[in-house]
Amino acid sequence: MIWNWDYTWQVLPDILRAFGVTLQATLAGFALAAVLGLGWATARMSPWRWLAASATGIVEFVRSTPLLIQLYFLYYVLPDYGIALSPLVTGIIALGLHYSCYTAEVYRAGIEAVPQGQWEAARALNLSTRATWTRIILPQAIRPTLPMLGNYLIAMFKDTPLLAAITVMEMLQTAKLTGAQSFRYLEPLTITGVVFLVVSLLASWTVRHLETRHAIRR
Amino acid sequence: MIEFLQTHLPALVGGLRVTLQLTVGGALLALLLATVAGLARRSPSRWLRWPANVYVEAFRGTSALVQLFWFYFALPFFGLSMPALVTGVLVLGLNSGAYGAEVVRSAIANVPRGQWEAGRALNLGERQILFRVILPQALPMMLPPAGNLLIELLKNTALVSLITLSELTFTAQVQRAATLDTVPLFALTLLIYFLVAQVLAVGMRSVEARIARRRGRA
Repeated sequence: MIWNWDYTWQVLPDILRAFGVTLQATLAGFALAAVLGLGWATARMSPWRWLAASATGIVEFVRSTPLLIQLYFLYYVLPDYGIALSPLVTGIIALGLHYSCYTAEVYRAGIEAVPQGQWEAARALNLSTRATWTRIILPQAIRPTLPMLGNYLIAMFKDTPLLAAITVMEMLQTAKLTGAQSFRYLEPLTITGVVFLVVSLLASWTVRHLETRHAIRR
Repeated sequence: MIEFLQTHLPALVGGLRVTLQLTVGGALLALLLATVAGLARRSPSRWLRWPANVYVEAFRGTSALVQLFWFYFALPFFGLSMPALVTGVLVLGLNSGAYGAEVVRSAIANVPRGQWEAGRALNLGERQILFRVILPQALPMMLPPAGNLLIELLKNTALVSLITLSELTFTAQVQRAATLDTVPLFALTLLIYFLVAQVLAVGMRSVEARIARRRGRA
């Protein structure tokens, strides 16, 4: 038999512990992406042309280049400017930045779906720009985008193994190092794959559930 | 500036060639798998439906990098080891193919039911209905998401650098280690990816336009 169960039980605790790091990177990265994405989306709709154009350009550029190089870029370049961050924090920033350019599109679609009349009504009630955004538009715009944001959360979770490239000890890096020590990659890498599969299946099931519930309530 | 380009550009172009090989090879494999799995998921036979479901869920539910490592480091335990380029094309194709299968399946599902019924009323065979009536209408719906997947595939080729294939990202890393021109080098590499992505996007849009025109005429 190729599969070794004794070895499996031996490496399982280490990998599950590393899952904590994976989860941490996912949640922190997503919090950053959620906030920053809203910034990009509103900047793109700004009446100042240059601001809208540069936000559009940045979002387009980041979206069409590989996360891995962005990760290397931050990892090697930030210290040159005297910003010394741990690999995990660097990774979280890169993930957050990359995915903010995806969430920006989601928010933009959400904002555009708010009926024009809502803007006009806010203006008729003499609300300030700020109040129009925070009280009228965003509460209506963000709610329908939740399932899409959930999908990007899952996508980001599946991109966390890239942090292995900048030495973060998340699941894949742990699995790889454990495998290298004993020259047995099969079990640790398979366990890692199974953990990813189970978590993302559960998560997508939850998102789908959320989606149908939202559809019914509307 | 000129000196910088003279030092780095030839190597980067060499890396780009491998990146393009990965992209094209992966895309062709993905196209095949997406079509087969997308159709199989709608099949009335559970012997076709089940394997397709397992394939799509497994590859969409786990991380592309984990899949790559698994095929490169764990598969040899089953006596199957492949060169990095072959592994890269295979995993990129399997990964994008799983996402593509969903695109194919949902586009077919979005063709109105009446089209099937009309085909049956005209006494066409099931296969004839699928290939002559349904797919020509589903194809235009598949193209925009397929274009996005193609760009995601291009971005994912950077992952193959982590199994030591000297594509663009790997080459950039090697050049960086040799010269420490970190910022301009990574900026140039990102720019190359961005330009390739733009070319792919423009190409896909022209295919979309051509198909829309042809459909209008028919």
